Amino acid sequence: MTPFVDVAFLILTFFIMATKFKPAEPVEIKTPNSVSTRELPDTDALQVTFDSTGRVFFSVLAEKDPKMKYDVIKHISESRNLGLSEDEMKNFVKSPAVGVPFSGLKQLLSYPLEEQKNVKQPGIPLDTLGGELYYWIRDAVGTFTGKQLKYLVKGDNEAKFPTFKMVLAAFKKNDIYKFNLITMLEDAPAGTELYLTRQKEKEHK
Amino acid sequence: MAAIEEGGDSGHKKGPGVKKAKKLSTRIDMTPMVDLGFLLITFFIFTTTMSSPTTMDLFMPKDTDKDEEQNKAKESGALTILLGKNNVVYYYEGQLLPDASNFKTTTFKGIRDIIIKKKKDVKEQHQHDEGCKKIQEKARQGNPEAKPPVLPDPNWQTACLDRDLVIVIKPDQEATYKNTVDILDEMTINEIKRFAMVDLFEDEVKVIKATEAAAGGN
Repeated sequence: MTPFVDVAFLILTFFIMATKFKPAEPVEIKTPNSVSTRELPDTDALQVTFDSTGRVFFSVLAEKDPKMKYDVIKHISESRNLGLSEDEMKNFVKSPAVGVPFSGLKQLLSYPLEEQKNVKQPGIPLDTLGGELYYWIRDAVGTFTGKQLKYLVKGDNEAKFPTFKMVLAAFKKNDIYKFNLITMLEDAPAGTELYLTRQKEKEHK
Repeated sequence: MAAIEEGGDSGHKKGPGVKKAKKLSTRIDMTPMVDLGFLLITFFIFTTTMSSPTTMDLFMPKDTDKDEEQNKAKESGALTILLGKNNVVYYYEGQLLPDASNFKTTTFKGIRDIIIKKKKDVKEQHQHDEGCKKIQEKARQGNPEAKPPVLPDPNWQTACLDRDLVIVIKPDQEATYKNTVDILDEMTINEIKRFAMVDLFEDEVKVIKATEAAAGGN
């Protein structure tokens, strides 16, 4: 039995090492597939998430430096006159994403983290000129001045195009024109030009 | 050291009343540990998502210089793809004719062949001129500093053939985000260098409505 147990524990070790728990999210998003192979950055990035019903959530990814997240909410609280307390701002740092209008932000952050999950968030108000999302992005970008920020857009398969367009409008209004859309990897279909190019690249290596 | 010697001593100096220590078996029952091990394996297998998310780059133009860009597109090389509801794709080449006779319907499966065909047509019709030299030169040299590096193209003379090909993507109100990403992905798959995502024109909306109504009537 010993070799068998050895192998089993080897597999166990592998899975422990390979597992990376995904952060909790207020909504479940089924992202589309794409052939892009670029890896997802997990730090110094702003992420806008929208679900199938068009609710929009905003989150700051700052794994390496949680202080940045605190600075962002402080900046927003000041510029939008929200009057968030110290505890509420600390709560924001812990919460994965927020999707409420500015008017409801104080209330949402007054709940402890466990209860926030149960709150049905209505989404950040949007319009064709960016809505409140514009201010979120503006203040977050202002906080990260001097750093290379990435702008992630994560949308649900079933979300309608106008939502996506309004999210882009909010970015565009901030003079941001380069985005990273979060997708799942799929292989380039056999026989297409991209497939042939990738084959060539492999041979070259 | 001292402690060890002391321990050794006490072992040797066994009085007559001291019982001999019972020899314990060194083998231990591993079954519960193995059980637990397998339980954990099962847990990790179920929770692990092997495919990690990737990101797809998207560059949007500034709204102001959109007109210029569109004017530069040659009519012969233009293909407009419109995304309707229920995953239906409409397309037309060049300009939309007033009677909408070049307005066609297809699906996401069929659009790839249309893009490939269009690309081939454009390449065949291409005639070299002054503007080609820059593109050819760029392809000949490659770009080793870019990430990932671009290799020098051995067939650099052909690099400018698809110069005039421009694909215009117009998702309508009913198109889903998946449709949008799929069609952008199609640009990567077919290596389309010039494409733009813009809003629908008024007459295009009308044609889509009419087509949808006709399809619904059947």
